Amino acid sequence: MLLLDRYRRDGSGRPSRYSAFDLVRRGLGHTDWPRAWREHALAASYDAVIVGGGVHGLATAYYLAANHGITDVAVIEKGYIGGGGSGRNTAIIRSNYLTPEGVRFYDRSLKLYETLSADLNFNVMFSQRGHLTLAHNDGSLRTMRWRAEVNKLEGIDSEVIGPDDIKALVPFMDVSTDTRYPILGALYHPPGGIIRHDAVVWGYARGADAGGVHIHQNTELVGIETEGDKVVAALTNRGRIATPVVVNCTAGWATLVADMVGVRLPIVTHPLQAAVTEPVKPFLGPVVVSGTLHVYVSQTDRGELVFGASTDPYTSYSTRGSLEFTEELAGHVLELMPSIAQLRVLRQWAGLCDITPDFSPVMGVTPVDGFLVDVGWGTYGFKAGPVAGEAMAELIATGKPPENIAGFDLARFPEGRLVGEKGAAAVGH
Amino acid sequence: MILVPCPHCGPRNVSEFRHIGESTARPDPGSATPEQWRDYLYLRRNPAGWTIETWYHRAGCRAYFGAERHTVTNRFRRSWLGGQVPPLAGTVAEMGGGVDASSAEGSPGP
Repeated sequence: MLLLDRYRRDGSGRPSRYSAFDLVRRGLGHTDWPRAWREHALAASYDAVIVGGGVHGLATAYYLAANHGITDVAVIEKGYIGGGGSGRNTAIIRSNYLTPEGVRFYDRSLKLYETLSADLNFNVMFSQRGHLTLAHNDGSLRTMRWRAEVNKLEGIDSEVIGPDDIKALVPFMDVSTDTRYPILGALYHPPGGIIRHDAVVWGYARGADAGGVHIHQNTELVGIETEGDKVVAALTNRGRIATPVVVNCTAGWATLVADMVGVRLPIVTHPLQAAVTEPVKPFLGPVVVSGTLHVYVSQTDRGELVFGASTDPYTSYSTRGSLEFTEELAGHVLELMPSIAQLRVLRQWAGLCDITPDFSPVMGVTPVDGFLVDVGWGTYGFKAGPVAGEAMAELIATGKPPENIAGFDLARFPEGRLVGEKGAAAVGH
Repeated sequence: MILVPCPHCGPRNVSEFRHIGESTARPDPGSATPEQWRDYLYLRRNPAGWTIETWYHRAGCRAYFGAERHTVTNRFRRSWLGGQVPPLAGTVAEMGGGVDASSAEGSPGP
């Protein structure tokens, strides 16, 4: 019987593969939609416990199971999966960075995103509609030329274009020269685009679950037990889990988790706000970013315009929005596209960003044996989710950090070898 | 809206201020190692709770001052002038005056 393949609420059953046939079959009856991932009782021990059910934590769990066959893994999440930064970012994917290391790293992520729908058997709606970074002065134009040449050497589709080409791509853009910040050119990156961020989280969760990983929502880490300098257990609000490995993927809350084992991270937490307008007919093709005006804007498949800006200029764990943000954002967006003045903002929100002094992540081992970190992702963590998960899984499986994250180690701060990736954030900090 | 209690000007909108950051103790220049300097530069407590920090009233009296703020609620408990970093959760009297923000903002934070 066809219905045998579904997951049952008690966690039994086998994963179901999505297909057009499956869609039609279930769509006719609407009675037997399968659960995408199961609920489990908390086991007494796991080979690894990943703290944080966002894209980084779930991707790490997925690649542990898929690439390394390590399936005795738990992802614990204090709220619901994808409820933090993974569900609050503006879902922009790109790889047009400044340093060759940065370009290679983020391009690996973009390549993984390109095949993610097929790999996960889950539509993540990656829309490669192009990415425009505007230059409003000679300095930024020069940096963009530099970035374009580095990108091309690494085989990335990236080019500096002039106002006429920008106007052709975005007819609504004001490219006249009598504005406060005239548009002199742009770095155009055709493979960049936007994605359905929730789908990425759900796809990784479903894939990890199918591989045998346990996903525990509403499970908060309250402590980490160590013996000497070694992790022996993760303590949660639902009980103790014996484990030799705890991975910190908690973004804005990273320092609170690291405090549990006395590891100090060079991270401060800043809110980052975003907003969407009411939906309108499609009129905006590429993602448009202006570093000078501190704004990025894209149109979703639903027709809403999604806006983001730079982080709030103070540290905080509060995710409340502010009027200053909306006012400033609206002013800057209207500089670029005066014709959308009548659009109404539907809602605004904030996420928490873990900002490091060099705007690069902190990944790898710590002085406490078995306590690993994948944090410090600031404002650019979502686009790096797949590559970070792949690299962290390799680190857990082999005990050795892969070459592409070796430079992101925690020891670079006491040893004074910071990573200067100034292309990391699309808008200035 | 976040109200910042400037010791000179009283409670004002946060947009008038620049957040300088958590107050940290400077190592002794005579004896500090490079590692200690780097800790001083890069490491912060980043607590989810009360913290002591420095603010600058950019669009006001342009004073640098200390303040105690709760990073989850963004409520201020007190503020003071001068570079002396007081202990966390002391009383206003110990600070030798200063603005008690909780009275200006209604109920005190947790």
